[in-house]
Amino acid sequence: MPILRAENLYKSFSNVNVLKGVGFTLDRGRVLSMIGSSGSGKTTLLRCLNFLETPDRGRIIVDEEVLFDAADPATHREADKRKKRLHFGLVFQNFNLFPQYTALKNVMLAKELLAKEQPDYRENKAQIQKSIIEEASALLDQVGLSDKFKNYPHELSGGQQQRVAIARALALHPDILCFDEPTSSLDPEISGDVLLAIQDLAKRNLTMIIVTHEMGFAREVSDHVIFLDGGLIAEEGLPEAVFGAPKSERLKSFLGAVL
Amino acid sequence: MSFVDVTLRLLEGFSLTCVIFIVTLIFALPLGLAISFASMSRYKAVRAISKTFVWMIRSTPLMLQVIVVFYGPGLIWGPGFFFERMTAVLIAFIINYAAYFSEIYRGGIQSISVGQYEAGHVLGMTNRQIFMRVVLLQVVKRILAPMSNEVITLVKDTSLARIIAVKELIMMSQEYISAHALIWPLFYSAVFYMIFCGGLTLLFGAAEKKLSYFRS
Repeated sequence: MPILRAENLYKSFSNVNVLKGVGFTLDRGRVLSMIGSSGSGKTTLLRCLNFLETPDRGRIIVDEEVLFDAADPATHREADKRKKRLHFGLVFQNFNLFPQYTALKNVMLAKELLAKEQPDYRENKAQIQKSIIEEASALLDQVGLSDKFKNYPHELSGGQQQRVAIARALALHPDILCFDEPTSSLDPEISGDVLLAIQDLAKRNLTMIIVTHEMGFAREVSDHVIFLDGGLIAEEGLPEAVFGAPKSERLKSFLGAVL
Repeated sequence: MSFVDVTLRLLEGFSLTCVIFIVTLIFALPLGLAISFASMSRYKAVRAISKTFVWMIRSTPLMLQVIVVFYGPGLIWGPGFFFERMTAVLIAFIINYAAYFSEIYRGGIQSISVGQYEAGHVLGMTNRQIFMRVVLLQVVKRILAPMSNEVITLVKDTSLARIIAVKELIMMSQEYISAHALIWPLFYSAVFYMIFCGGLTLLFGAAEKKLSYFRS
């Protein structure tokens, strides 16, 4: 049973149709890569899944729960968005770390704020705080930053910042972790560390959607690849098929241009 | 007229200067924030009202505003309606400075990248949490320099209160000209302003240093 079903998503911005009916399913523990040229709708699709954009048509279903249905206004309530977003995590192209907090605090902050809303927070404050710190530390360890807990974002390299951002997204245990071109603003020599961190997550069976221009990486890490073109899925399949034996002319020319 | 006598008398005026300064800040700082939110409201009518208000306040002299607040109510509703002199000064100053502050806040808030808000949203934060925990400190850091300008200007603007005979520092020192034919107390009053502004400069410098641990 798929953990995520996106059905027939449409999105336009002032008469520019960015998504023209995109649908796919994703099974738990699988990695989906999305490739395609700029403007093909990859980022918009991720933003729709994370409720940063509202699709004009279509449905988003996680774990059999309809989180969004364009035809059902009851699923559009602003107040519910916050909870729905927690099913997804998003790692941005530009990291978007909070500059005034240390790496550790960046990872902890959202979790702390959520914990404070729990009714038993006051009674178990010290214990809850301790477990949040421990978990955040473990996450930074996991992405190879055990010596950077106390550093502020501006003291870290781009690759380190992006790994903090990954740890920050993991701290909330999203069902599906999304990456929006996670290495596009990094120098090629340091993007390797970030890609390794993501590969490590794939080995731990995290469910992920990765928008990327790193074709070699997409081929290696994913279970399924979607090629978006002009707001539609032009081709999809196993990575070997998509990269090894592209069927459509469009995909052939795209791969020819980027590889 | 001994130096000590003059100093004591000027200190009396300076105390009123300080009252105008402090009370104006206490009320204008939060009021400015409210006005800046109104200027960024999603409702066009609210934005229009707020921006018209800011335009009116910024395009007329503060001295005139003090006069209008003091004499205006009596002209409109009859001689029984008036504010105390000091109250009129405070009202005019608070409104005037709130308008200027609101534009500084707006510039600061709008300079924060959308990505900061989006990062907060995907981490399940509320708008309020994002503003208080993520955006605010970055805004404070960015507006510190323009705010220090504005606050230092306020110190010297307090001298406008004498237009309706509030006995602040300048008015006190001017009285020596008419009563004793002495002009040096007026020049001497500059020392008070300079010491006050010097202190503020140090304070803002310290705040800037305190926030230099991060870059945004």
